[in-house]
Amino acid sequence: MTSFMPPAQKNWWNVPVGRQEIVWIAIALVWCLIMFFMMPYWHMYGGQNISNEGYRVTPVKYQAKVNEMIGKYKVREVGAMKTPVVAPPDGGDVYLMARLWQWYPMLELKKDVTYRLHLTSIDWNHGFSLQPVNINLQVVPGYEFVLSVTPNKAGEYTIVCNEYCGIGHHTMLGKIWVKE
Amino acid sequence: MALFRQCPDTGLFFHKEAENLMKANAVAGVVCLLIAGTLALLVVLTRWPAVHLLPADTFYMVLTAHGICALIFWVILFEIAILYFAGSTLLRSRLATPRWACAGFVLMVVGAIMTLAAVFGGNSSVMMTSYVPMRADPSFYLGLILFAVGALIGCFVYLGTLVVAKNEKTYEGSVPLVTFGATVAAIIAVFTIASGAEILIPTYLWSIGYISHIDPAMYRVIWWALGHSSQQINVAAHVAVWYLIAGVVFGARPMSEKVSRAAYLLYIFFLQLASAHHLMTDPGISSEWKIFNTSYAMYLAVLASMIHGLTVPGAIEVAQRKKGLTNGAFEWLRKAPWGNPVFSGMFISLVGFGFLGGISGVVMGTEQISIIIHNTIYVPGHFHATVVIGTTMAWMALTFLLIPVLFRRKMILPQFAKLQPYIFGLGMSMVAVFHMAAGTLGVARRHWDMGFAGNPLGFEYPATAYLLMGIAGIGGVIAVTGGALFVIITVGSLIFGEKLQPEAGLLQSFGVPLADSAYSDEKPARLPMAPAEAVEADHGEAGFEAPGTFILAMVLLVSFVIYYFINWKYLSEVWGLA
Amino acid sequence: MADDNNTDERDDEKISPWQQIIDNPFLLLFIGVAMPTVFYTLWGVMEVATIPIAPY
Repeated sequence: MTSFMPPAQKNWWNVPVGRQEIVWIAIALVWCLIMFFMMPYWHMYGGQNISNEGYRVTPVKYQAKVNEMIGKYKVREVGAMKTPVVAPPDGGDVYLMARLWQWYPMLELKKDVTYRLHLTSIDWNHGFSLQPVNINLQVVPGYEFVLSVTPNKAGEYTIVCNEYCGIGHHTMLGKIWVKE
Repeated sequence: MALFRQCPDTGLFFHKEAENLMKANAVAGVVCLLIAGTLALLVVLTRWPAVHLLPADTFYMVLTAHGICALIFWVILFEIAILYFAGSTLLRSRLATPRWACAGFVLMVVGAIMTLAAVFGGNSSVMMTSYVPMRADPSFYLGLILFAVGALIGCFVYLGTLVVAKNEKTYEGSVPLVTFGATVAAIIAVFTIASGAEILIPTYLWSIGYISHIDPAMYRVIWWALGHSSQQINVAAHVAVWYLIAGVVFGARPMSEKVSRAAYLLYIFFLQLASAHHLMTDPGISSEWKIFNTSYAMYLAVLASMIHGLTVPGAIEVAQRKKGLTNGAFEWLRKAPWGNPVFSGMFISLVGFGFLGGISGVVMGTEQISIIIHNTIYVPGHFHATVVIGTTMAWMALTFLLIPVLFRRKMILPQFAKLQPYIFGLGMSMVAVFHMAAGTLGVARRHWDMGFAGNPLGFEYPATAYLLMGIAGIGGVIAVTGGALFVIITVGSLIFGEKLQPEAGLLQSFGVPLADSAYSDEKPARLPMAPAEAVEADHGEAGFEAPGTFILAMVLLVSFVIYYFINWKYLSEVWGLA
Repeated sequence: MADDNNTDERDDEKISPWQQIIDNPFLLLFIGVAMPTVFYTLWGVMEVATIPIAPY
C-alpha cells in the first residue's frame, strides 16, 4: 500500500534500518570496492591493459608512415589485390591502418616478441577485433592508438571489423600471422 | 478549474488533461514498440545464419530503425506517461501546464516520424550511434533533436507538477517512493537530453554544411552521455515501477524508506558516469578517467542497484509473510500470483535485469575486461537483458495493470495475457544469453554476414558460434511472438474490451476524454501519509525480515563473483597488451 | 482534528539534512546534472582535447 503513498513518518530518515538491509549493504559495498580495486591492481600486475598513449594524426601523415614501413619490411604480397605482408623488426613499430573496407597492410609477427602497434582509421570509425583471441579495440579516425602487443601463440589470426562502417562492413578483414 | 475523476476500482484520482496525455504518450509508445518489434523479427531472421533473410543494405537500414525506435522512442514516450502518472495521479495533483505537455508530445511524435522517415528513405543507415564522420540525412538529426526537445518539455512539466502539488498541499509529508523514483528518472533524463542537444545540434549543422568538422573522438564522448544515460532513465523508472507493482499487487511497503531513497540518491550522484562503459578501448583517454567513470566512482550506483535488488523482493516477502505464508524460506514466493501477468512480468523483469543484465553489464564495463567484449554481439546480448527484459517487461506489466484503470476496459484474452510474460521472458532471455555466449567467441555486432562470404582472405568463426547464433535466432522468434501477443492483447482490449464504465467508448481508448459526467471539478481530498505500521510479531528469522530474499540475494552475489573472475581468467589468456 | 494534531507532533522532530536534500527535487536536479557534467563530460572532453599531435 505504501510505495505509492507518502511515507508513514514525516521524519522517515530517522526510522531505524533493519539488520538485513545493513548486512546486505555491507556485503555489497565490500564487493563493489573489490571490483573497483581490481582495475588498478591489473594495471600494476596484469598483462592486458589498454595503453593511454594516443596522438592526433592526419591520414596523409599516417599513410606516409605505413608506406615507409611497407617499403622497408615487406616480405611478400597476398591475393588479387596484392596486399603487402610486412614483417617488422623485433620490438619495432608496426603501423596498421583501417580504411573502407580493409585492414592494411597484413602483418607477420613473432611469438613472445613485443611490438609497438599503431592503429588508426583514415576515414570512419572501425573496430579492431582480433580473432580467434577476441581482442577488441575502437579505431577512431584522426586518433592514433599506440599499444605494446605481445603475441603469445603462433598461428593465423584474422582482424574482423566490429564497428559498423557502411555497406562493406561485413567484408572487412585483415590478417596477422604469428610465427614461432 | 481542473477536472478530476476517481477510478472506482483503485481509488486513484485522474486529472483529465494528465490522463489524456498519459494515454496519448503510452499509445504512441506502444506503436513504436510495435514497429521496433516488427523490425526486430527482420533483424533476428537475418542474424540467424541458416535463414539470413535480408540483403545487406536493408539489414543495416532495419537495424538502425530498430535501435532508435526501441531504445529511444518506445522507452521515452512510455516514460513520459509514467512521469505524468507519478506526478499527477499519485500525488492527486493537477498537471502543470498541460498545453506545454501537449506541445512536447507533438514534438516527440513529429521528431520520431521525421527520423524514421529519414532512415527508411535509405540514406541514413548510420545505426543509432551515428558516429561522425559517417553522415546521415539532416532530417535524421533534426528529428532526434525535436524528439529530445519534446521529452525535455515533458520532464519540466513533471517537475512543475511537483511544485504545484507541493504548493497546493495535495499530499502530506514527503512524496511517495514511486514518485521519488520517477523524479530521479526525470533528473537523469534532463542530463541525457541536454547531452543530446550538445552533440546533435552541432552534428545537424555539420550535416547541412554549416560546420566543417566534428571531432570523432569528442563526438563519442558526448554522444554516449546521451546514449548510455538514456538507458539509465529506464533503470530509475523501472525500479520505481517494481516498487509500484509490489505495492499494488501485495500491498507491500518499502522495507525502509531511508534505504530505498538513499539508493536512489546514489543513482543521482553516480549512475550517469557509466556512459564511459563505451569508451574503455578508445585511444588516448587516460585510465584514471576510465576507471573513475566506468565504475560509477567505486561502483556506488551498482551498490544502489544491489540494494533495490534486495528491497523490492524483500518488501514482497515481508508482505506475504504477514499474510501467513511463513513456511520455509520460499513459501511466500511459491504462492505468489504467478498467473497474474502484472506480477509475473514484474518479477521476470527483476530477476532478468539482475542476473542477466546487471552482472554482465558490470563485468563488461570493467576497464580491462572490455577488451574481450567491446563491440562483439555480447553487447546487444547484455542490453537486451537490461532494456528489454528489465525495462520493457516492467512497462508491459504496468500496462496490464493500467489498462482497466486508465481506459476503463476489461482485458481481453486473459489466458494469453497470463502466458505473455513467460513467452516474452523466455525468448528474450535466450536472445540475451546466446548472444552473450556468441560474443565471447568473438562474433561481431551490427554485422550482416558472420561467414564473410566473398572475401578471399576467408575467416570462419567456430561452428559453436553458428549454433549459438541459431539458438539466439529461435529465442528472438519466441520473443517477437510474446511481443506480438502483448500488442494484440493491449490494443485489442482498447477496442474490444468490455466497457467498465458506460461513458467509455471506442474513442476514449485513443485519448478522447471520457464523457464529462465522469469528471468533477471538486478537488480530491489531500493524499494522506501511509498508515503507521502496527508493531507485530517478527515473521522473519534471526532478525531478518525477509530471509528468502536474502538467500536469493546471496545467490546473485555468488554468481556475480564467479562470473566476474571467470572473465578475468579469459582476459589473462589473451595476447599481452600494455 | 486528531489527524492534524498528529501531524504537528511529527513536525516537531528535526528533519535530517539528508532527508531535506532528498525531498528537494531541484537541488537533486542540480546534483544530477552537475556530477556527470563535471566528472564525465568536462573531464572527458579535456582528456580528448589534450591528446598530443603525433611526433612525426
